[in-house]
Amino acid sequence: MYQYDRYDQQMVDARVADFRDQVRRRLDGKLTEDQFKPLRLMNGLYLQLHAYMLRVAVPYGTLSAAQMHMLGTIADKYDRGYGHFTTRQNIQYNWIRLEDAPDILSELSTVEMHAIQTSGNCIRNISADHFAGAAADEVADPRPYAELMRQWSSFHPEFSYLPRKFKIAVIASETDRAAMRLHDIGIRIHKNDAGELGAAFYVGGGMGRTPMISHLVREWVPLDRLITYAEACLRVYNRYGRRDNKYKARIKILLHEIGAEDYAAQVDAEYQHLLDQGVEPPFAELERIRTFFADPSFVQGLSDGVDQSDQAFAAWVQQNTHLHRMHGYTSATISLKPVGGIPGDATAAQIHLMADLAKEFSFDECRVTHAQNIVLPHVEQRRLYELWQRLDAAGLATANLDNIGDIIACPGLDYCSLANARAIPLAQKISQRFADNGKEAVIGELKLKISGCINACGHHHAGHIGILGVDRKGRENYQLLLGGSEGADTSLGKITGPGFDEDGVVDAIEKTTELYLAQRQEGERFLDTYRRIGMEPFKEVLYG
Amino acid sequence: MKILTGNDLKSGAVVWWDGRNWSLHVEDACDVGEDAAMIAAREDAERRVVVPYAIEATVDADGRIRPAHIKDRIRALGPTVRTDLTLRPADPEAGTWVI
Amino acid sequence: MAEPISGTDSEARELDDVQFRFRNDEMVDHPAVTVDAFVGQTNASAVRIEPGDDARDLLLHLDRIALVEVNFPSFGDGRGYSAARILREAGYAGELRAVGDVLIDQLSHMRRCGFDSFAPAVRLDATDAERAFATWPDVYQAAVDGRAPIWTLRHGGRDGGGNG
Ligand code: SF4
Repeated sequence: MYQYDRYDQQMVDARVADFRDQVRRRLDGKLTEDQFKPLRLMNGLYLQLHAYMLRVAVPYGTLSAAQMHMLGTIADKYDRGYGHFTTRQNIQYNWIRLEDAPDILSELSTVEMHAIQTSGNCIRNISADHFAGAAADEVADPRPYAELMRQWSSFHPEFSYLPRKFKIAVIASETDRAAMRLHDIGIRIHKNDAGELGAAFYVGGGMGRTPMISHLVREWVPLDRLITYAEACLRVYNRYGRRDNKYKARIKILLHEIGAEDYAAQVDAEYQHLLDQGVEPPFAELERIRTFFADPSFVQGLSDGVDQSDQAFAAWVQQNTHLHRMHGYTSATISLKPVGGIPGDATAAQIHLMADLAKEFSFDECRVTHAQNIVLPHVEQRRLYELWQRLDAAGLATANLDNIGDIIACPGLDYCSLANARAIPLAQKISQRFADNGKEAVIGELKLKISGCINACGHHHAGHIGILGVDRKGRENYQLLLGGSEGADTSLGKITGPGFDEDGVVDAIEKTTELYLAQRQEGERFLDTYRRIGMEPFKEVLYG
Repeated sequence: MKILTGNDLKSGAVVWWDGRNWSLHVEDACDVGEDAAMIAAREDAERRVVVPYAIEATVDADGRIRPAHIKDRIRALGPTVRTDLTLRPADPEAGTWVI
Repeated sequence: MAEPISGTDSEARELDDVQFRFRNDEMVDHPAVTVDAFVGQTNASAVRIEPGDDARDLLLHLDRIALVEVNFPSFGDGRGYSAARILREAGYAGELRAVGDVLIDQLSHMRRCGFDSFAPAVRLDATDAERAFATWPDVYQAAVDGRAPIWTLRHGGRDGGGNG
């Protein structure tokens, strides 16, 4: 894992002092709320429905045990004993006092953590594949590039007041596990025929009100030009991006309006210019960062295979583990989606336990996934049963990864001031319904995603089944979408028709899955069947 | 009736204008009539409240004040999915009040 | 970080209400004209950039400009940061003044993008401003203020003033 040197520490400490001073000026009346708001947002502090909410950055989703412990400590000491893991691989606390916020940031800084740029119209925390460095299908670990970009984007003098928020994801495999094509910039590290690594830049993806899949604007950026090219992408956006309408201010709209080719040409001109400006870090810096992501001391020569005579354990192994590039290892996902639970929430005790398990079983490392679960990336298969028993005892061994119970849900109207409808109660009812009717395992992979408003923090456009909460004459109403995906085959879901009330949408989902079970052919997932038979049959069962 | 709400600047807690002070309980809210903007501006300037705004509310059959919009009813109560953390922790049915 | 050469006290308040100035040449004493007017007019030496203007339109005329004002009608509109950097990267060495909704917490970034004078619409607290200019002990990126970024310092580059 990356470790701060004195420079990194100094920058984070400076930020804590800076924010403490901003809070002081706010409380003294030297800053109005209008002036203070963008400043607190750049430190991840929102004002939500019930209190301030603090979003702590988890750069590229990677945490050490000590960092995870700190997240548990903060939940207990400054919040109400729990935290919420988000689709941006971060964690949010819902009950924060403004007066406490500088102290929290100060405590976080002791374990090399912060809340820098987790909100605001700036470059946000950079996300990555949650199996980075462990997955068998990667050409490299994408995190050194994400770390380089984290440093470059921190307190960027030119890009701190962009037209809108700006999200970057980095992956290094064909299979996209980070919804990379739905980011403002998605970077895919890949290999050319000569065996060299380079970066493909995809620009202009995003969800929200106008979902769009990004365009490939450059197939090959040499690794020693990454920052220069990113700087060019951002400058073109900053100069042209619309400020008059916040719904049209994202880079996806700019690309849509001027065309991807025109945008790429302008970026290219800017890039040529910036090549002479010395904005690129020395290559030695990338090499320095890479050393932090070297392999942990894997036991060599282990064989694959797990005794699955315990049925409950076997189900968990089949559902919640992922192929590791080292023989004898696996990546295990801890589902934060117990039946009837709140997706992504974890108590302080659970957070501390997961920290301990990361230390004992996974080389002191865990990951937050954009599906709001926690991954232990490097677990020895021969110790998997022991791990599972520890998880099971704590209620953390739900075997439902990527199934209908593994629902992504944003906080919705229970917490979020922008929401139109609640998302969590719906997730609870659906997971309960499918646990009760015993269909979850039969249905198999089905990614269900719920957002409480058009901002799409719950990624509803990218769900095999998506649900969008809307306000219909003061009452909560839910639109159903089918056919979205964020994987290698990214697609955007389509709305089925008129919306439903809360109970109605749970019934509608049951009908949808029944049609799938009746129609599916050998080996088809829900998404495959939908793509083959199309929307019409679903409309018929829903509205016919 | 028209009532005034906002969040406490320091703690962020949801508060309601009771005529003299800010209360945590919507039942204490008073009808601000035409004075909403004036009170809001004054209290904002004094930094006793952040982003105050006036809303419509009704009084229900039990004499309880009920904000017209579901968002403000949830603000008045707390998260419906964690009734243990709401202002009515002992009442597991509290969540139904917001519907 | 350098102290401003003029203007931290109220006596120094002068042309266009410049509050902080990091240069010691004479201030231009005639008003800035719009970019359109400037390009078509050969005797002006001060120009004012609005957020929608393209700073590149000035690049052919840099040798006759002594003052560029970049207006920030609202502090949240960050186009002026790019405008400033584009001018400095093209070699502009004259005065670059941030005017309008210029607030404490934007000062350090503006300075990094090449602004060397500041005329906030509402006068700023001098102590807070002094602290703001010195916010960052070191910096992560190369910009146009000549500071060596952290990654240069890490690899044997010149120390730009960190504490050792
Ligand atoms: S999607 Fe809407 S309701 Fe959900 S967290 Fe985002 S802004 Fe809030």
